[in-house]
Amino acid sequence: MSSQPVTMTTATAAPPAPSDGREDRTAPVLSARGAAVGFGDRVLWRDLDLDLAPGEFLAVLGPNGAGKSTLLRTILGHQPLAAGQLLVAGRPPGRGNRAIGYVPQQKSMDTATPLRARDLVAMGIDGTRWGPRRRSAEDRRRITAALAEVGASGYADAPIGLLSGGEQQRVRIAQALAADPKLLLADEPLLSLDLGHQRAVSEIIDRRRREHHAAVVFVTHEINPVLGLVDRILYLVGGRHRLGTPAEVMTSANLSELYQTPVDVLEVRGRIVVVGAPDHPAGPSQHHDHGPGADDRSPRTA
Amino acid sequence: MGSLFDFSDYGALLGLVTNSLIAAALLGVVGGLVGVFVQMRDMQFAVHGISELSFAGAAGALLAGVNVALGSIVGSLIAGALIGVLGVRARDRNSVIGVLMPFGLGLGVLFLSLYSGRAANKFGLLTGQIVAVDTVQLSWLVGVAVVVLAGLAVIWRPLMFVSADPEVAAARGLPAGVLSVTFALLLALAGALAVQIIGALLVLSLLVTPAAAAMRVTASPVLAPVLSVTFAVVSAVGGILLALGSSVPISPFVTTISFAIYLVCRLLSWRRMRRGWGRRGPAGAPAREEDLASAGAPA
Repeated sequence: MSSQPVTMTTATAAPPAPSDGREDRTAPVLSARGAAVGFGDRVLWRDLDLDLAPGEFLAVLGPNGAGKSTLLRTILGHQPLAAGQLLVAGRPPGRGNRAIGYVPQQKSMDTATPLRARDLVAMGIDGTRWGPRRRSAEDRRRITAALAEVGASGYADAPIGLLSGGEQQRVRIAQALAADPKLLLADEPLLSLDLGHQRAVSEIIDRRRREHHAAVVFVTHEINPVLGLVDRILYLVGGRHRLGTPAEVMTSANLSELYQTPVDVLEVRGRIVVVGAPDHPAGPSQHHDHGPGADDRSPRTA
Repeated sequence: MGSLFDFSDYGALLGLVTNSLIAAALLGVVGGLVGVFVQMRDMQFAVHGISELSFAGAAGALLAGVNVALGSIVGSLIAGALIGVLGVRARDRNSVIGVLMPFGLGLGVLFLSLYSGRAANKFGLLTGQIVAVDTVQLSWLVGVAVVVLAGLAVIWRPLMFVSADPEVAAARGLPAGVLSVTFALLLALAGALAVQIIGALLVLSLLVTPAAAAMRVTASPVLAPVLSVTFAVVSAVGGILLALGSSVPISPFVTTISFAIYLVCRLLSWRRMRRGWGRRGPAGAPAREEDLASAGAPA
């Protein structure tokens, strides 16, 4: 019956220092104060307080429709906040923030796309430039370096539409990294990838944030592939959220309170297994005024 | 077959169609470039819809006794604007076009039936009238072509980004709606150009077929437009040159050449796919050994 979100005391705790211990990189890349987003009277999440430090790896978890992708859309400036404040690299969210690298949900490129892997990466650097212009040698070098960083050099000149899902995903990450973003947003980047590619993609992202101090917001419905990499988890369920380290958030008590139903969190051989979490948990309002199936609707398409 | 082709007096005839050859070459350049985005954005049906409304505009102008080229441009711009504004998504777009097209065609047929002038003018709007390009018309065509080429030069890269990768392009702040409408208007101008030359019913052969053929054989964003333009110019100019020695109108030659090029490209791409197009070379700087191993297996 509680319509108030449950906020943990650790939610505003100072984020861990960057791995190499450089102290000057402390200004948060992403900062939220009392942020809320909703569609009509349906609140996706509220009272979100978050400071994401450079190099920090945040995983965003939650059931379908909890507002995970909407959080990314908010950061990108495509979705206004209903309340509160959000700063991206010190600025309010706006369209075309060059500090952000974005890896969208995996979707196969059309086989007839007249682009090679290299050209898709190039768009990450100069795809938004108007008018004819020659690509500089420096830009070409960055494109090649980004492809090498994700291990895609071997198919850099292959048509993008003929690459496998995992290969395309690497190229997309190279595209996001080519512009050297301060904040990397990844929307279910492991979806429909085999285990080998899942691990490779996770490690590419992890290495980037360690070596270049890019903060990472990693939306996923499956924590285990990145469990060893994440610093903190933001768990969104039906308007409530928890924010903290994996050990703090992933407990039976926390998830039971988030889902408002008994949920067991088990640790099996270093993996976390969540038992009893409903696919479509109760929303924040006790009276269900929206019809059945309304929760199935992804907020992205609303 | 002897009566179909007769290449005596060819040199004299050639002198008479210089304007037409220039117009055809221009149309080839414009159509080949626009066609690349027609393919990427799945707008083949839009091309057809635009040409039918362009036809209606031209027929209306013929009836009213005003500049036919202007009428054709007005008609296609109206179609382009509606398609661009109402149909950002492919499914919406196709239903808008499906509604517009028969209306435009019906209107055009009505105007032509009311028109009492030369019958060749009527037929020409549907199936081409390229030999009749005079100097006045040519300056219109050149003007329109310049506008389309300049517009494409400005929006080329962002349009390529939005067409290939709409999510990331939007995240980078590119205005998808503005680009969609701008391209639809440029496409409309190209369509009006094509209706003037090869006729409303056959516009697809220069705005769709050459790019479709080019994209069968290359995935390079530079080579694809270059090949597409080459194919379109060869089809259009080649069609005229063949038709000069023949009693058959120009359009069948243009469409046949264009189709033949497409068939050859399909054959080439089929052979290339069988040999493994995009086969992986050795990775230059792999992230680590096991990544390479997993990258080797296509999904």
